[in-house]
Amino acid sequence: MKALQKLGIALFCLALAFFSFLPFIGQYTLTAELVKSNVKDIHQEQMVEILEPMYGETYASNFAFIADFNSYFNTYNDALKANQEWDAVIWDNYAYALTKAAAESPVIDQPWLHIGITLILGSLGALLYILPLYKGKLPGIKHDGIYFSSMKSRGLLGIFTGTWLILFYVILYWYPEYLTNLVLMVDPISMAISGNPASQWFLYGLIYTLAILVMGVRMFKKYKGNPYQLLRTASVMFFQLAFAFLLPEILMLFNMPWHDFKNIWPLDYSFFYDYRLDGMISSGALGMFMLIWGIILIVIAVPLLTYFYGKRWYCSWVCGCGGLAETLGDPYRQLSDKSLKAWKVERYLIHGVLVFAVVMTGITLTNYFMEFELLGQATNQLHSIYGFAIGSAFAGVIGTGFYPLMGNRVWCRFGCPLAAYLGLVQRFKSRFRITTNGGQCISCGNCSTYCEMGIDVRWYAQRGQNIVRSSCVGCGVCASVCPRGVLKLENGEEEGRINDLPIIIGNKSITIKN
Amino acid sequence: MNKSPYVIIGNGIAGITCARHIRKYDSDASILVISGESEHFFSRTALMYIYMGHMQYQHTKPYEDWFWEKNRIELKKTWITSIDTTKQQLISDTGEKIPYGTLIIATGSKPLTIGWPGEDLKGVQGLYSLQDLENMEDNTQGIQRGVIVGGGLIGIEMAEMLKSRGIEVTFLVREKNFWDTVLPTEEAELINRHIRAHDVDLRLGTELAEIISNGNGNVSAVKTNTGEEIPCQFVGLTIGVTPNISLLKNHPDIQSNRGVLVDKYFQTNIEGVYAIGDCAEFTESPGPNRKTIEQVWYTGRMHGETLAYNLTHEEKVSYKPGIWFNSAKFFDLEYQTYGHVPNNIPATLDTFHWENEAGTVAIRFVYDKTVGTIKGINSIGWRMRHAYFDKAIDEGWLFEKILTHLDKASFDAEFATKHTAAVIQAYNTIKKRNVSLPKKGFLKRIVTAFS
Ligand SMILES: Cc1cc2nc3c(=O)[nH]c(=O)nc-3n(C[C@H](O)[C@H](O)[C@H](O)COP(=O)(O)OP(=O)(O)OC[C@H]3O[C@@H](n4cnc5c(N)ncnc54)[C@H](O)[C@@H]3O)c2cc1C
Ligand code: SF4
Repeated sequence: MKALQKLGIALFCLALAFFSFLPFIGQYTLTAELVKSNVKDIHQEQMVEILEPMYGETYASNFAFIADFNSYFNTYNDALKANQEWDAVIWDNYAYALTKAAAESPVIDQPWLHIGITLILGSLGALLYILPLYKGKLPGIKHDGIYFSSMKSRGLLGIFTGTWLILFYVILYWYPEYLTNLVLMVDPISMAISGNPASQWFLYGLIYTLAILVMGVRMFKKYKGNPYQLLRTASVMFFQLAFAFLLPEILMLFNMPWHDFKNIWPLDYSFFYDYRLDGMISSGALGMFMLIWGIILIVIAVPLLTYFYGKRWYCSWVCGCGGLAETLGDPYRQLSDKSLKAWKVERYLIHGVLVFAVVMTGITLTNYFMEFELLGQATNQLHSIYGFAIGSAFAGVIGTGFYPLMGNRVWCRFGCPLAAYLGLVQRFKSRFRITTNGGQCISCGNCSTYCEMGIDVRWYAQRGQNIVRSSCVGCGVCASVCPRGVLKLENGEEEGRINDLPIIIGNKSITIKN
Repeated sequence: MNKSPYVIIGNGIAGITCARHIRKYDSDASILVISGESEHFFSRTALMYIYMGHMQYQHTKPYEDWFWEKNRIELKKTWITSIDTTKQQLISDTGEKIPYGTLIIATGSKPLTIGWPGEDLKGVQGLYSLQDLENMEDNTQGIQRGVIVGGGLIGIEMAEMLKSRGIEVTFLVREKNFWDTVLPTEEAELINRHIRAHDVDLRLGTELAEIISNGNGNVSAVKTNTGEEIPCQFVGLTIGVTPNISLLKNHPDIQSNRGVLVDKYFQTNIEGVYAIGDCAEFTESPGPNRKTIEQVWYTGRMHGETLAYNLTHEEKVSYKPGIWFNSAKFFDLEYQTYGHVPNNIPATLDTFHWENEAGTVAIRFVYDKTVGTIKGINSIGWRMRHAYFDKAIDEGWLFEKILTHLDKASFDAEFATKHTAAVIQAYNTIKKRNVSLPKKGFLKRIVTAFS
């Protein structure tokens, strides 16, 4: 490693340390006014009273502040719950909003300085490491030493990274009040793009996009001379930056609902929730377009494009989850489980989630069109179960947190209902396949090892059989790493796509007779 | 019909393919596969990737461990030391007696050495088995330079392995160019350049004379036939492999020459005893331009397929390999060959060779001089479709026609640079011909851009 690269790593680690430390600085003071302006009208009176003991006190840390907040708030709610006065219980979670409002922290005074020592320093450090990668090396497979690397083969560094990611996701989804400093820090960026203060989701989207862009540059280095890999990396970088990050924020600037035009139900599981439908319907022509476009994607684009190109058109060229997996997650692709057992678990899980999403959406829509006469607000319960278990725990915590432990496509492989839908089309009605080149396979195992979806590619290749699997996202890495030129991603005639040859090309003894 | 139990010595591609296919045709047969090297079948061709950290040993196993029990293929890890063909039993190094009904010898190869002075020093080795790989791991800890002797496929893999660990490599090749006993000069020269581009000190036309000890039984240098001494801490001997028939040394009853002698049904001189894979030597070449000893992965597989068929069917088929094919990778450059491409093109054949400017892509056609039918093709840095050339060569398609179909014959990834036009232009110029470029309408070009 060159000195410059070492410096890059050091700077990145420093930025990561700052980023991890920032949430815990600053002090917190709550006033009745702050409470009033940050809670719903109907809760104002109670909240002002509940939090009364906190006013005027200056808390030296968010831990202390949040602890006190929770204790007063829960005492109030618990008493009501004990008396079964369910209607009086305050179900809204104000911890995040009030912690953010009460914060007095250096990040508010000097946001750019803090952005500088976290996000910018981190990106620069990473780029310092990435840009000199493979300099002077010829184009080719760059997998030397992966299994000696602690980071990439579930060593201590990998476990540490996984733990950090898991913690980050848990805090982001369920304890965002601890992240308020970071959110405050990125306020100016959010204001500049959408005219609104940042939320924890803006913070998340920003880091997510940065990760894809920076690690996308790494892909450019790693796969120089490999047009397929370069193009699809450029594609996911573009869709993340333009469609997932910038466009939705710009929509907000124009008072439109936040909308990611490339996200498709059922990955976008809330697409048919009442608030989303109402939001779109009440947003004029553009809102109507969002609704119709969303439906076209589901009923026309998915089957049609998947018929022509396989599910890769989405999973490894467009999708945000796929985008992160293919960039940030690329160093971990070899960690996916290739066993037959894992494949069985995969099929139960992913189709289970698809059924869950479809049933939930069905009930939600029926309820919506019956003007809530069927189930009233009960669908909300269903939504929160799905949101908790699938949307947050599965897609986020496990999906990304487990990159360094179970590979970079855990969510896409075991959980994503859209992947399940695309996969059904790909398996049963598509022109896409990975063609096996006759008898050239030497069973070396590079293809299977580097399949992020855990497909045992070699199983098919060594039998001279094409690979037609619902889970294949068409990343093309098996074909790239194959040292014998055995695999090719292709779209072609449906006939002969699934071939079960009795004997592989090259041996005439038996084919002559049979 | 042959008798169960089928006992196979050697769990390589040949032995394992045979076992799998016997099971496929006969669900009752009792099958035992014995090997002293490893418990399970692994891919020998992937040894280099373990050393380079691309994979771990378990990734090189083509079947999961449960596969064998599920298919009732019994495995035994032991070395067989002798064969008793009258009592029909094998004896292992622990003295265990293993009875067989049908014996299949699939013991593979071993590295060839020719008795150089110093070849037994520590740090000097070949590369064939898992044990060799372990030794190599040991022998190359913290060293600065290794010398590889022998310009063949395993030699260049060893060079790449050492380079992946930052070890300097001197590569001694006896011939004028790398692997030019197989490759025509242009291809061999292209590979020479590629090897050097990887900072390997390639010495062409250079032979090993002796290996020098540091006094403690370790290698400290090699001396070449020109008298030059090259200091090094490791020597890889890769001048080739030879059938591993040490087992038969004390068994003149099973006839052998360089390998176990077999007919076109893989039958040895003793009934019920067969040999397949690297260790078998045909008494008669299995086809035009085919060698009597076939030492590649693919032929091992075909031997296994064919023998299994014969063992389980009344009507026997003789071994008839189809159109020859092979492939390899030289550092970053993939190489494929189909059909007959001799290193020296004989007078009855004509050849056309094309190379791109960067010297990273090359293709050679060999075709009949008078009628123009295709005989064979070499390609470097350009993947070709096996099915296409298998058919084209088998059916004797006109070479010039194939030129215009190169996009279809190509197996390169989508969006890869297409070379067809450049190849045809070069052909027309050099051979003064007038082959026209394949035409594509505008619409068709758009439609096929993504296919
Ligand atoms: C490093 C390397 C790379 C290669 N790369 C390629 C390639 O890219 N393409 C290609 O086509 N070919 C390649 N080859 C050649 C290919 O691997 C062999 O042709 C093939 O493995 C031979 O298979 P086999 O089944 O005949 O024997 P083997 O795979 O050698 O199996 C024989 C087994 O029998 C065992 N055995 C031998 N004697 C006894 C005994 N007395 N008792 C018990 N067990 C015994 C051996 O230990 C061994 O495990 C490569 C070889 C090497 C070494
Ligand atoms: S990488 Fe290629 S040669 Fe190796 S097992 Fe896969 S298809 Fe076969």
